[in-house]
Amino acid sequence: MKKQFNRQSETGGGRSSVMEGYNFAYLDEQTKRMIRRTILKAVAIPGYQVPFGSREMPLPYGWGTGGIQITASLIGSEDILKVIDQGADDTTNAVSIRRFFSRTAGALTTTRTREATIIQTRHRIPETHLTKDQIIVYQVPIPEPLRFIEPRAKEVCRMHALKEYGIMFVKLYEDISRHGRIAKAFDYPVLVNDRYVMSPSPIPKFDNPKMDRMPALQLFGAGREKRIYAVPPYTKVKSLDFEDYPFEVERWPHCCALCGSGNSYLDEIIMDDRGSKMFICSDTNHCNERVARGHKGNQEEPVEKAQISIGTGARKCA
Amino acid sequence: MCIKDSDHIPLLKVKSISRYYGRRIGCRGIEFELWPGEVLGIVGESGSGKTTLLNCISGQLEPSEGAVWYASNGGVIDMCVAPEPQKRLVMRTEMGTVYQNPRDGLRMHVSAGGNIGERLMANGLRHYGQVRRKALNWLEKVEIDSERIDDTPTTFSGGMQQRLQIARNLVTGPRLIFMDEPTSGLDVSVQARLLDLLKSLVTELDLSMVMVTHDLAVTRLLAHRLIVMKGGKAVESGLTDQVLDDPQHPYTQLLVSSILQP
Repeated sequence: MKKQFNRQSETGGGRSSVMEGYNFAYLDEQTKRMIRRTILKAVAIPGYQVPFGSREMPLPYGWGTGGIQITASLIGSEDILKVIDQGADDTTNAVSIRRFFSRTAGALTTTRTREATIIQTRHRIPETHLTKDQIIVYQVPIPEPLRFIEPRAKEVCRMHALKEYGIMFVKLYEDISRHGRIAKAFDYPVLVNDRYVMSPSPIPKFDNPKMDRMPALQLFGAGREKRIYAVPPYTKVKSLDFEDYPFEVERWPHCCALCGSGNSYLDEIIMDDRGSKMFICSDTNHCNERVARGHKGNQEEPVEKAQISIGTGARKCA
Repeated sequence: MCIKDSDHIPLLKVKSISRYYGRRIGCRGIEFELWPGEVLGIVGESGSGKTTLLNCISGQLEPSEGAVWYASNGGVIDMCVAPEPQKRLVMRTEMGTVYQNPRDGLRMHVSAGGNIGERLMANGLRHYGQVRRKALNWLEKVEIDSERIDDTPTTFSGGMQQRLQIARNLVTGPRLIFMDEPTSGLDVSVQARLLDLLKSLVTELDLSMVMVTHDLAVTRLLAHRLIVMKGGKAVESGLTDQVLDDPQHPYTQLLVSSILQP
């Protein structure tokens, strides 16, 4: 086997040559066909978790074995792949998965959200609106939203089948009685197409509204749990809430320190040992594009005492 | 118990229910009718098939033979062959089950308020304030301090857990309650309070109840009618006072004579 390390530029990279000895996109054709059939079923029943024969992949569970199998079964020679981890294109997980597909499928990779045809993601949805020509693939650790409140798998299946989701509201009730608000900040349960309650994978609830009637196809893969589920384009996705405690997303009193964005999801970066910190966009591509267009944040003044408020909190940003 | 004009059909009609565990008999050929507002006691020694019978008629266990006709608000349904969604809807709106062990009937890691609110939310209530108000109201009715609403049942005493179970079941205003030895495992003074509470709730809400117990004092206090079981069969049945004061079957005579006289 020839070793080939064709370095490619991360933005709009060139096509590298494919490794020999492996099938196109690593998985064999029968497996890919099985996964595609599963995906078709998942798309036909929005939000329903379809079991599939998950394969061992050359990366550990929890690193995106489910997502990578979906991507492998979908990717073609014309596709352009973007992989993000917590919004960033340059983390180990994202870089490794991109390189995996450029070596096994000769796929073009990119970090630009707009260029990509397949976006594999862990923990975020890009800030840029996705279009109908794109597919977003989520890496899911635990696909079952009812798991932590009802541990019996058989009972949970029955609840899904009969649309008995009262127990999910018990969880929200507990949050309000304990914290005065619904404290769940990520993996916030949603009702898909008025039928199935679904775990949106551990994305922040900030991203939940983006799933509603998204033009792109959304696919969710859980490798260890052997489940695939989907939200077809333009499908209604509603975050669960109470009438008197409506769903709301988190807001920050700051803007991104690098690009000055006032409406993106921010990461808190500790700057030194004295505890000064900076808030920057978690979506690196969104941030870089804004900087390239000439937007600027007030990078010089790190925020001293940061507080994340919920609901209100107007930001005055550049 | 008051008989109304609308009460011309029984609430529950059990037609020769049998349940076998392989070649072993759980219960065999049990028949009875339960009328609205009536409390039926099922007594017998341990292993006589009381709980099996209760599980069969409350829809938690499929009987091997027989039928259970329940006169629900939407018409009479056969609980054994009714579609699962209909059966579960009836079970969580019109019926309730209080278990011997509160761990079976409560969610131990969920607060008292959440436990009471579960059925309300399962039936579509999506207003936190209303769930909270009803939970507080029911805690008061079952004599639990309203300050304990956010505590989990693990921090409750046995008697409180049992009363919480009752509140959790009664919050949706069911018509029929199944009780599986609700007072065993409690000390005598707590038993007396719980029975007192049950008696007042049964009359106040016009509940029907099927109660399994091996404690004849409990049945004497609460039950209108009695079925005595032995070896999976009903050996005697009738009005409570009649059965207890003039037992006919040798086993019933033994049971009645075994009560300690103070």
